[in-house]
Amino acid sequence: MRLLAACFLFVGAACSPQTTQREPDFPIEASLRVSGSSFLTPETVAQQNDDFENPGYLWVERGADLFEQGETSCEGCHKNGLEGVATHYPAFDTGTQTLVNLEGRINLCRTRHQGLTALPYESDQLLSLTAFVAEQSRGLPISVEVTPQTQSAFESGGAYFMTRRGQLNLACTQCHDDNWGKQLRGDTISQGHSNGFPAYRFEWEDFGSLHRRLHDCDTGVRAEPMELGSQTYIDLEFYLAVRASGLELESPGIRR
Amino acid sequence: MMKTQSPLLSRRTMLRLGAVSVSMLMIPRIAAATEDEMNEAINAMFGDRVITEGRVNVDLPPIAENGFSVPIDIFIDSPMTEDDYVKQIVVFSPRNPLPVLAQYHLTPMSGRADVSARIRLGGTQSIRVIAEMNDGTLWSGAKQTLVTLAACVID
Amino acid sequence: MTTIRLSVPETADRGEIIELRAMIQHEMESGFRFGSRGEMIPQDIITKFECFYNGTLVFSSDFHPGVAANPILKFYARANESGSFEFVWTDQNGQSWSDSAQIEVS
Repeated sequence: MRLLAACFLFVGAACSPQTTQREPDFPIEASLRVSGSSFLTPETVAQQNDDFENPGYLWVERGADLFEQGETSCEGCHKNGLEGVATHYPAFDTGTQTLVNLEGRINLCRTRHQGLTALPYESDQLLSLTAFVAEQSRGLPISVEVTPQTQSAFESGGAYFMTRRGQLNLACTQCHDDNWGKQLRGDTISQGHSNGFPAYRFEWEDFGSLHRRLHDCDTGVRAEPMELGSQTYIDLEFYLAVRASGLELESPGIRR
Repeated sequence: MMKTQSPLLSRRTMLRLGAVSVSMLMIPRIAAATEDEMNEAINAMFGDRVITEGRVNVDLPPIAENGFSVPIDIFIDSPMTEDDYVKQIVVFSPRNPLPVLAQYHLTPMSGRADVSARIRLGGTQSIRVIAEMNDGTLWSGAKQTLVTLAACVID
Repeated sequence: MTTIRLSVPETADRGEIIELRAMIQHEMESGFRFGSRGEMIPQDIITKFECFYNGTLVFSSDFHPGVAANPILKFYARANESGSFEFVWTDQNGQSWSDSAQIEVS
């Protein structure tokens, strides 16, 4: 009987097509996943939701200007806007056979189609364009799935999230999966979702990318941070995007 | 320093998380103003003129996240006519490096004595706001806000 | 590159008290922060904000280092005539930025 059951299992596994989309298991189950904005004061949430009071719109507005500038402008191709596009990033780029995030996609557009040079990561221009594109998906659910092409990136991003590092020997998961909702000094630990980025952070007094945030997290546990735009951070961004799928994209978010 | 809310958080992890907050608190230690210094600044600006409590409503959130950008709203009960209007509003802090945070100059054309802005607060404190009317009288209001300490500050 | 955002109603009734909002992209470097090598980062702030209604100063503000980065202000004005609101920010070195918005008063 036991042997028979094992055979069924084997057959079952063999029959399931490889492309079946099944949500990976995360330590925080889907119904309990909440945005970083749930851990902010009502005043800060109100500021985020007000298109004028939200300082992130300074970058969105600059991005809108940049979008229509130049002979080969972004707008020349994307006349109907880019609503919903940001919810599917990072995404696999068939041309380069790599996983790219929104910043990477914008730079690919520049080098491939616009005859322009790639913008440096975290430059004001790249941040502004990214903010402008991301904002068009504001309020839409993040929707990033693992595919055979992105399976390895998902695994390496997940491994980064789960691995203890730095002099404090802490993994992302220890704060953001195991201890979210608890107090750490004056803060309530969030679930560490990416759905508000690029975001305006009070601590930066500035607008910045998710990678800048990840860089700060690594520095926070006294680990050697990765370079902004590095494949390691893009893989981690992908893991976080799958983990945050279903949450509303809030960029330009406001975070502490 | 830290509140434990669940026994699931092991003591070892707690200590580590605590270490994050201590080691990362690299906010520069600048000599902050004191209550006395604030009073000196008020004195330097308005001399020994009488300041009456009232008419000035100060609104600050009860909890001010980490103090980098705290919304403040100041409303003064005034008809804002040529004969009776608020001329100047000054925001004072007893705890920031400098006691004067901002000044606002209004005119009868303002129509309404109501200003909102965002200020920096170097810690939990009671912000004092003084309004000077066109007849030279001075009125004041105050509001306390709790500034929380960030878990990880990378600077 | 400095971005300015304004919020001024396009129309108003004569005598109506209208809400004005203005925001400018600026670090408001306080002069009280240290860099990574322990050196003091010098102060670099906007010190003056002015709002002119058809050329007349109707509201102004003095900014000190206690004003948050990317300063925003919300205040009011009595709409008496059609014309323009001009908003001017000046920093500690005398450099200034400005933008304006039109209003139709009937």
